[in-house]
Amino acid sequence: MAMLHIVNKSPFERNSLESCLLHAKPGATVLLIEDAVVGAAQGTVLSDRIQKALESVKLAVLGADLEARGIAQEKLVDGVNVVDYAGFVDLVTGHDNNQSWL
Amino acid sequence: MKFTILINEGPYQHQSSDSALHFVQAALEKGHEIFRVFFYHDGVNNGTRLAVPPQDDRNLPKEWSALAEAHGLDLVICIAAAQRRGVMDADEAKRQGLDADNIAPGFRISGLGQLIEGGIQSDRLVVFGD
Repeated sequence: MAMLHIVNKSPFERNSLESCLLHAKPGATVLLIEDAVVGAAQGTVLSDRIQKALESVKLAVLGADLEARGIAQEKLVDGVNVVDYAGFVDLVTGHDNNQSWL
Repeated sequence: MKFTILINEGPYQHQSSDSALHFVQAALEKGHEIFRVFFYHDGVNNGTRLAVPPQDDRNLPKEWSALAEAHGLDLVICIAAAQRRGVMDADEAKRQGLDADNIAPGFRISGLGQLIEGGIQSDRLVVFGD
């Protein structure tokens, strides 16, 4: 029963990503959209946290939101996938359930 | 697959209406069915036809209306949330003794039961909000 977790707020503004990572079970996917995409960047206070999370969950970011915030894909923590909206739809259909961390 | 979408945030407030619109477009392009889009809380403000954003900006209410017309979407606005925020169809405006209505084409006003039904009838419920 793999769940897709959708986070849309910057982890430097709210703690929804941290709450999500604490609750996400191994095998789950965490998708970062809107302001949350900044959480997947290299060289921040959260980068190690993200790296560690990748040991048990998959992480993806929405490419359009990443681009809108001027973050190059090469600047993401290694192992984070970039998806487009079609990929977002596939993530929703490919998981048994989804949860938006609003 | 069959989707119901819940939008809890108004247009231009942050990004949820844009994200939901793009998600719905992508899902339709992939051949999925959108059973219903339910607008709740400030999300009801997506359904006013009196919005006039600057010409070089996107017009979210119009984009929802256009998408609804093109794909026969069921855009439902929560009645209690709508009345608080002054989003009215002709019947509601008349019932409340108001001099005008403002609901955008393709939207309809109904109750929270429509959200529950959407959740039951669809394979996936995806929530967009603040």
